[in-house]
Amino acid sequence: MSVSAPEIAPKARTGLKLDLKTVGPLVALALLVLLGIGLNENFLSYNNLTNVLARSSFIGIIAIGATFVITSGGLDLSVGSMAAVIAGVMIMVMNWLIPTFGIGWGVILAGMAAGILLGGVAGVGNGLMITRGRIEAFIVTLGTMGIFRSLVTFLADGGTLSLNFQVADVYRPVYYDGLLGIPYPILVFALVAIGGEIVMRRTAFGRHCAAIGSNEQVARYSSINVDNVRLITYILQGVLVAVAVLLYVPRLGSASSTTGVLWELEAIAAVIIGGTTLKGGYGRVWGTVVGVIILGLIGNILNLQSFISPYLNGAFQGVIIILAVLLQRPRRAS
Amino acid sequence: MKLAKTLLASAVLATGLGGVALAQDDTVTIGVSVPAATHGWTGGVNYFAQQAIERLGATYPNVEYVFASSPDSPKQIADIEDMVSTRGIDALVILPGDPDAMTSAIKQVKDAGKFVTVVDRQLSIDGVENLYVAGDNPGLGANSAEYFKEAMPDGGNIVILRGLPIPIDQQRFDAFMAGIEGSNITVLDDEFANWNRDDGFKVMQDFLTRFPDIKGVWAQDDDIALGAIEAIRQAGRESEMFIVGGAGMQQMLQRVQAGDALVPVDVSYSPAMIATAIELTTSHFTGGIQVAGRYILDSTLITQDNVEGFLDAESPF
Repeated sequence: MSVSAPEIAPKARTGLKLDLKTVGPLVALALLVLLGIGLNENFLSYNNLTNVLARSSFIGIIAIGATFVITSGGLDLSVGSMAAVIAGVMIMVMNWLIPTFGIGWGVILAGMAAGILLGGVAGVGNGLMITRGRIEAFIVTLGTMGIFRSLVTFLADGGTLSLNFQVADVYRPVYYDGLLGIPYPILVFALVAIGGEIVMRRTAFGRHCAAIGSNEQVARYSSINVDNVRLITYILQGVLVAVAVLLYVPRLGSASSTTGVLWELEAIAAVIIGGTTLKGGYGRVWGTVVGVIILGLIGNILNLQSFISPYLNGAFQGVIIILAVLLQRPRRAS
Repeated sequence: MKLAKTLLASAVLATGLGGVALAQDDTVTIGVSVPAATHGWTGGVNYFAQQAIERLGATYPNVEYVFASSPDSPKQIADIEDMVSTRGIDALVILPGDPDAMTSAIKQVKDAGKFVTVVDRQLSIDGVENLYVAGDNPGLGANSAEYFKEAMPDGGNIVILRGLPIPIDQQRFDAFMAGIEGSNITVLDDEFANWNRDDGFKVMQDFLTRFPDIKGVWAQDDDIALGAIEAIRQAGRESEMFIVGGAGMQQMLQRVQAGDALVPVDVSYSPAMIATAIELTTSHFTGGIQVAGRYILDSTLITQDNVEGFLDAESPF
């Protein structure tokens, strides 16, 4: 590695190149929207847009957590399984508390508290094993992914954990209702995104994440507490997974071993499409939001047309993901 | 998890057998191998298998059962190899996770002189198994189609939410399409919902956006149907259409029993077929009767009249 290489990169930056890199995901999004409009006149309808945004909000909230983890050079593969186990435990806690609290918000708030607590504890566990146990993040979270997935299958006895119907009816509006016509999941997603963007851009923690991901040794010499910053990114990730689950449970009122399958890959894909580098050092929360919306729209567009055989859905998704990343790839010196 | 289940099964066996001498000459050992519980239906398979083993173990003290639940094909192959080499099984009852990958391994068990019962999924070579027990996949499609024709005599628009792109799904789909041929029923579109509630919800939401006039929904599976029902409720269109699922999940059967207009019927495709297979295989050794052949369980239309016989409060599915 040449010592001068990192110095050349920033110097070579010109306005045009920066624009292409930043605008890439937005161009991909615009192209998808145009495609959607061309395919179906209902594409831009209020109902369709709120449906897509609301159901993308789980992945979105999780992906914002993943942006911090990946920016600081880490990885969390356990988020999908973690979501499933949190959903399962929340449902069990709520069902179990009904005799004590009765049907109502008391039970739901207790369930929510249990969910957030569990998310935080799961994050602490992942984070401690990675920072204090000095085990590769990929390995730790691959392990916890298996553990969480088995736990939810075990808790559900291979079937489905269902929330008591009366409680589900009280809880239901959290997913289906909204404020001023905007569903709550979209509002929460927006708030988390704005908060994430501020933390990433304006706080020492955000800068430390990027510094660690860029060069851990240099960060250490700059007296950044590398282990603690890393640990906090995993806790943040766990809590955000729990926040996503708080919105997920009222949708179907159930959790099973298929809940959250492949969410980790969707979240990572959204983060990368949004322009965050997979090896760390540079993160963009707003880009992740665009990435999540792109992924949500691909699924929606595939369902809104009959030209592409359903057998090819996966191929179409793959092409769009690669295109989106290609559009925002930095130009090599030509 | 697998370990816990295995330990549980062994504990069950130990109590069921009540200390029968394992080396006794007239003892028969039957291996039961099923895929790990990854969704509701396979969860049901695991439950009914263990329940049958517990019940039959108590009835026949000279029959011993070895149970394995495997997450993928290589593990399932290793499990049945272990059953043959270290447990000395006399018969194997297997629900192959992926029949194509498992065929040659199962053939080796047969070639070693064991009685082989294959459940649900057809192997890629004919004539390997002694006994084949399965649900009726084409029948599930055909019986659903019959109901649509009866419920929509004047025809109308329907949408289809399919499972995964695998042969079982294709058999159901083809039989359904053949069944509605000649009627005035129009299939607006079909999409894969991956036998999963979340995907059922998403695909149905998009169908509702796209088509203002839907009279019927064939969801092909109860997990998908439950997701689709939430999407229909959200859109406030419950009164416009009905939905037919499949498999006989308790939650759906309860709706049928309650006379829910949105869920008038269901079509059975019960994971309890594994219990039928274990029972028949056991009879081969204990009853001295011929059980080899093909045993296809009907995919019965479950209505408010006959739903009673399909309800089981203990079932996880």
